Amino acid sequence: MSNMINVKIDNVPVTVESGTTILEAAKQAGIKIPTLCFLKEINEIGACRVCVCEVKGARSLVASCVYPLDREGTEVFTNTPKVLQSRKTTVELLLSNHDQNCLGCVRNQNCELQKLSLELGCDNKKYAGEKTEYPQDLSTPYLIRDNSKCILCRRCVAACEKYQSVSVIGANARGFDTHIGTAFEKDLGDVPCVGCGQCIAVCPTGALRERDEIDDVLADIANPDKYVIVGTAPATRVGIGEEFGYPIGTNTEGKMVAALRRCGFNNVFDVDFTADLTIMEEGYEFLDRLNNGGKLPMLTSCSPAWIKFVEHYYPQLIDNLSTCKSPQQMFGALCKTYYAEKIGVPAEKISVVSIMPCTAKKFEKGRPYQNASGYPDIDHVLTTREMARMFKRKGIIYNELPDEQYDAPLGIGSGAGLLFGATGGVMEAALRTLAEVLEGKELTKLDFTEVRGIEGIKEAKYTLAGIEVKVAVASGLANARKLMDLIVAGKADYHFIEIMSCPGGCVNGGGQPIHDAYTRNNVNIRELRAKALYSTDVQMKLRKSHENPYIKEIYDNYLGKPNSHKAHELLHTKYVKRGI
Amino acid sequence: MAKIKLTKVPFNGTPEQETLLMNKLETIKDLPGALMPAMQTAQEIYGYLPIEVQRIIADKLNLPIEKVFGVATFYSQFTLNPRGKYKISVCLGTACYVKGSGDILLAIQNKLGIGNDECTPDGKFSLHETRCVGCCGLAPVMTINDDVYGKLTTADIDGILAKY
Repeated sequence: MSNMINVKIDNVPVTVESGTTILEAAKQAGIKIPTLCFLKEINEIGACRVCVCEVKGARSLVASCVYPLDREGTEVFTNTPKVLQSRKTTVELLLSNHDQNCLGCVRNQNCELQKLSLELGCDNKKYAGEKTEYPQDLSTPYLIRDNSKCILCRRCVAACEKYQSVSVIGANARGFDTHIGTAFEKDLGDVPCVGCGQCIAVCPTGALRERDEIDDVLADIANPDKYVIVGTAPATRVGIGEEFGYPIGTNTEGKMVAALRRCGFNNVFDVDFTADLTIMEEGYEFLDRLNNGGKLPMLTSCSPAWIKFVEHYYPQLIDNLSTCKSPQQMFGALCKTYYAEKIGVPAEKISVVSIMPCTAKKFEKGRPYQNASGYPDIDHVLTTREMARMFKRKGIIYNELPDEQYDAPLGIGSGAGLLFGATGGVMEAALRTLAEVLEGKELTKLDFTEVRGIEGIKEAKYTLAGIEVKVAVASGLANARKLMDLIVAGKADYHFIEIMSCPGGCVNGGGQPIHDAYTRNNVNIRELRAKALYSTDVQMKLRKSHENPYIKEIYDNYLGKPNSHKAHELLHTKYVKRGI
Repeated sequence: MAKIKLTKVPFNGTPEQETLLMNKLETIKDLPGALMPAMQTAQEIYGYLPIEVQRIIADKLNLPIEKVFGVATFYSQFTLNPRGKYKISVCLGTACYVKGSGDILLAIQNKLGIGNDECTPDGKFSLHETRCVGCCGLAPVMTINDDVYGKLTTADIDGILAKY
């Protein structure tokens, strides 16, 4: 039996397990205590003092996010004048060293500081005084750090360390001089940052944001000499709706396609198609490694932050990475070769835009060995958030659009390709194809539930045509690190490992719509979005990559067979050692 | 406050210093909270915490380098700058300050191109703001190692520095 105690929150009796924080207990009493630095499980540091409350008998105000209720009869007051005044002063002091340029800020109306200031009735000019100055970090192609908007909550530091075990950012100096930075004050582009964007996703303000490419895309669309193709990643369709008021976990694929078409793209394609193609290339690469003594375990290569992570932290495992380009890069490569020939437009006139739930994709497009046509495979990458901003700028009434279909041929993907958006999805897609290819007969059950779910590390064993295949799936680079350490130590005997950099996979990518801490702490966002993918897959007729008719066509008429010479030229890549 | 400025003085640690540091790190690396004693030891050995030494500590204690740097820049007991061969201390105590030591400090900063607690790239001079040195009658005052200079004007600075 757990130890239950009775306490009172604002005179409302509540029964909670001993050790429950005031913050959680208050929710039971119908009270939302405001927070700023608190993020459940990763940043419970009681630093910002926005969540202070009065506890009867306590000497001073307490931080409710870390104050455990462990005494029967404790009385807590969450909104006395003293409490409200304290919170107000705290936020006014934070505002005193904040640039307050809300009107031009990408987080305007989605900013926790702005919201708190309003809720607490703050006077934003009350403590006008000296402000810290720090140059914007523009050193990476994927994100911008602007410390003039930073409130030192350290949520980004926690995400970098706890989710990703990357830890390239932290608090430097002290007191008024404190700022979030890197070791030796280097630019982010000069430290082993992997570009996952989880820091952006947890930032309460606009101090962290993606490098915006909307203007470049709009310019290409407006250029009559450009043929502009857009392709959407699997997870974008279950994220974009949130920017237009749909509940978390709503698949608005049809409206997204309609909106993109209204933006003026010449073709609206689906990167699910090249996810299917990845399964063919990666699946056959795996069989080749398995049968011919190649390097095992084979590690998936779809997630660009993961690739960069290996290059920095595990260069000895580079040969274990599949040589397949990611679906994004395969997509661009085919648009500018196969499809360019089909429509008779030269590659240099084609601009390929990919819509991604990811910030690291902006880094990936600039990697070496990613220009199959002689031109960069991908010209511009927009995150799901940027796509929403582009729709708004273009005046598109998203919610009222009809549902439309992707264009053929590069817009047709299977349910397997769709699953690339969630942790375990690449593995499941691969298993559906490998099982049928190896066994030579149709699968009776398509759901590989062992690799589903949001746990950080999953493993399973399958016997495929008499061969036992041991697989593992990890999401969140801190979990990936655990697996890699086992491999380096020779303590793991997996054959095939899927890694997605972001916890829960791309549905929770660093480019997806941002939710405030209250939502993050109380709703399992990644699970809801993943559910939307799985429930779409199960309703689809086409659920296996190798059965996609357009995949068959592209092999029959263009690539030959999986891992052919031509496929290698267009669809495979190389990696570089980076070190730390 | 902008970014923290790092010293331009090249690292010139000796193998003996490194052995001393490594021996200490070996004895404490598995203890909880080993970082502070590791850094204190390193500073005793080197006189400051060069980048190279912070990297050694991070590697040995298996910590992210930013953790080490964050701690090094948080506590005033740690310094990232070596002390120069000649340590210039300019008194900013009340008497010296009203007699214009702020201008003296500025003149030296401009002349040497370094800020407070920094060291010239050749390792010759370091500059330190200090409080009362106990000879207010001579204000404004500065010391260079054991030499005391009083009743200073900014015009004296070039001549004094040229002696070293």
